[in-house]
Amino acid sequence: MNYFPDEVIEQVFDYVTSHQDRNSISLVCKSWYRIERLSRQRVFIGNCYSISPDKVIERFPAIRSLSLKGKPHFADFNLVPYDWGGHVYPWIVAMAKSKVNLEEIRLKRMVVSDESLELISSSFANFTSLVLVSCEGFTTNGLKAVAANCSLLRELDLQENEVEDHRSQWLNHFPESSTSLVTLNFSCLKGEINLAALERLVARSPNLKTLRVNRAVTLDSLQKILSWAPQLMDLGVGSFIHDPDSETFYKLKNTIVQCKSITSLSGFLEVAPYCLPAIYPVCSNLTSLNLSYALGIPASELIKLIRHCKRLQRLWILDCIGDKGLEVVASNCKDLQELRVFPSDPFGAGNTVVTEEGLVAISFGCKKLNSLLYFCHQMTNAALITVANNCPNFVRFRLCILDPTKADPLTQQPLDEGFGAIVQSCKGLKRLSLSGLLTDMVFLYIGMYAEQLEMLSVAFAGKSDKGMIYVLNGCKKLRKLEVRDSPFGDAALLADPGKYETMRSLWMSSCEVTLGACKALARKMPMLNVEIIDDSELTVDEALCGGAPVAVTADGDDKQKVEKMYLYRTLAGPRNDAPEFVCTL
Amino acid sequence: MAFQGELNLEATELRLGLPGTPAPAPAGVRKNNKRGLPELQDDPCEESTRPAKTQVVGWPPIRSYRKNCLQQRKTESESGGVYVKVSMDGVPYLRKIDLKLYKGYPQLLKDLEDMFKFKAGEYCEREGYSRSELVPAYEDKDGDWMLVGDVPWNMFVTSCKRLRIMKGSER
Repeated sequence: MNYFPDEVIEQVFDYVTSHQDRNSISLVCKSWYRIERLSRQRVFIGNCYSISPDKVIERFPAIRSLSLKGKPHFADFNLVPYDWGGHVYPWIVAMAKSKVNLEEIRLKRMVVSDESLELISSSFANFTSLVLVSCEGFTTNGLKAVAANCSLLRELDLQENEVEDHRSQWLNHFPESSTSLVTLNFSCLKGEINLAALERLVARSPNLKTLRVNRAVTLDSLQKILSWAPQLMDLGVGSFIHDPDSETFYKLKNTIVQCKSITSLSGFLEVAPYCLPAIYPVCSNLTSLNLSYALGIPASELIKLIRHCKRLQRLWILDCIGDKGLEVVASNCKDLQELRVFPSDPFGAGNTVVTEEGLVAISFGCKKLNSLLYFCHQMTNAALITVANNCPNFVRFRLCILDPTKADPLTQQPLDEGFGAIVQSCKGLKRLSLSGLLTDMVFLYIGMYAEQLEMLSVAFAGKSDKGMIYVLNGCKKLRKLEVRDSPFGDAALLADPGKYETMRSLWMSSCEVTLGACKALARKMPMLNVEIIDDSELTVDEALCGGAPVAVTADGDDKQKVEKMYLYRTLAGPRNDAPEFVCTL
Repeated sequence: MAFQGELNLEATELRLGLPGTPAPAPAGVRKNNKRGLPELQDDPCEESTRPAKTQVVGWPPIRSYRKNCLQQRKTESESGGVYVKVSMDGVPYLRKIDLKLYKGYPQLLKDLEDMFKFKAGEYCEREGYSRSELVPAYEDKDGDWMLVGDVPWNMFVTSCKRLRIMKGSER
């Protein structure tokens, strides 16, 4: 079958980088499977419980980069109890024991202990890159170990993690010999930072391209940092408050003008609007702007800023920008591809809001839009149809109406037609999140038209099992389905058990599935872990303090409704680290 | 809730009423044996931080990290409490005051004068507190000691870490 020696094929495979493609080529024939597995360096595991670390190492001995995801997506919204799982430690232990040459670890929604970080820092001599997204379980002591021991560290990227501050002065532990940093992001840390140590670190890191600091870094310090690093491309600002008439501010303005490479700006975790004009000079080069944590900027200042940003491709903003502000975005940012509008006051009275009008304006102005996350107070079918017509290129479309079952305010109708238009028009749609009043119709449309759909999030939607069945039957490429508070029950769950082996996972909470159906599914499909999560006996406080869990067993009444069910395909069998409130059937 | 009639919630088998509200249970409604919305049930103090709107666990779908940041920022700006220590040279004990309680410098200075029984005198931009031995100063975020009154009030409140009434010996 092979006309070329293995080394040549290996060279060709080097050009194949996406893990989906590598998965495909490994299926061609035995010899390609062997060559591929021995040469794969970057391994991505979408569900850490789908396979054991030992099996991964056995198959991919040349592994250099490990990406893992742990908790189900709805864990982001407090729907998964605290101790559910997703520990990275066993993976690190296995990798360390096997002496693989691990250089990079990327984790999302996992529990990372200080022990894990310490083990990473002491086990892998060539370790260069640590990226943690939405993780928890570690403190600044763990960071201290990484800083001190990973002498070749290039990337330390902490995104939206819950990190306990133990006043470890972790930044001081980068040795003087550490000069290799390319990315340093500690914007999510709550504690103080030794500013002088940070300035010295930046000064000796000529390759630093990305620097995102936390609130503790003052404008004064920022000025010094930028004067050491005019080559920065990605800047996350901490505190941005100063007397605009001061010498420091004057120096900052001049320093910023020298930073001609900045294309991405974020942070402003503390900001005085009158200081913003200092950054206008970099706005014309910006392709990415994230002001979603900048609570201190009123709409008028946001609008002034946006007018300078003609090249934006990605914009993350708070809804205080308002519909009028979005109209300005629409007229200024013709290259916009990704827009996220977050609520600035999720439980508030809704003084500053965005509605369907803002989104419609965007759709007229930003024809290249392909990714959307939009929190708003209301949406209409007419608006969604207009958006669908204007922007057929959506790959990700996530709409969140703050009142989850709100109908179209103009017609009082469900939003089935609007979302139907979206899936029909956007033939490349891979990810969709629904909200608003929705019947089974929307799922009929999704099943019919959303041929490329990989992930669907459903909340408070649908009228019967048919809804879920339409999706399971129609969406051939579905990988992840997560449903909450919707009337889908046993008939839907059991309609096509084989489907779940083609998917990564299914989450159903506050639906109509019974224990009996879950047991039946588990019996039929041994390659699935069907987990029942029952934390209903715990109050919120107990759950948070990890107190008095109630052991969940499969012995309940089969007709009993299951509050939370999470199933996923796996080669590893039931997991051995499940807490008491999780029962794998 | 007012809109329940229009939306015919029974048909979608959802209930958005407050927990504990007796509701006709149509066939198929899930057994409500799970804990109610804790925010509204258990802790009466919590209600003051949230409006009376019904809240659903995990909705709107915002990452906890983001929600905590927003919440923290809101309580910082709302519940006030920019507490700073105040010391005076020669006085053994310190005081603590909440800068948020003052609307401006005159009020603050009057209070300091009352608290420590001294007179700061008149402030003018050029000469500071020219007619006084004791001068109010504050440590700002950069660690520098600044004269109270030089910067706009709001900027002062956000940048003041502590206050010190100094003996202005050069004067």
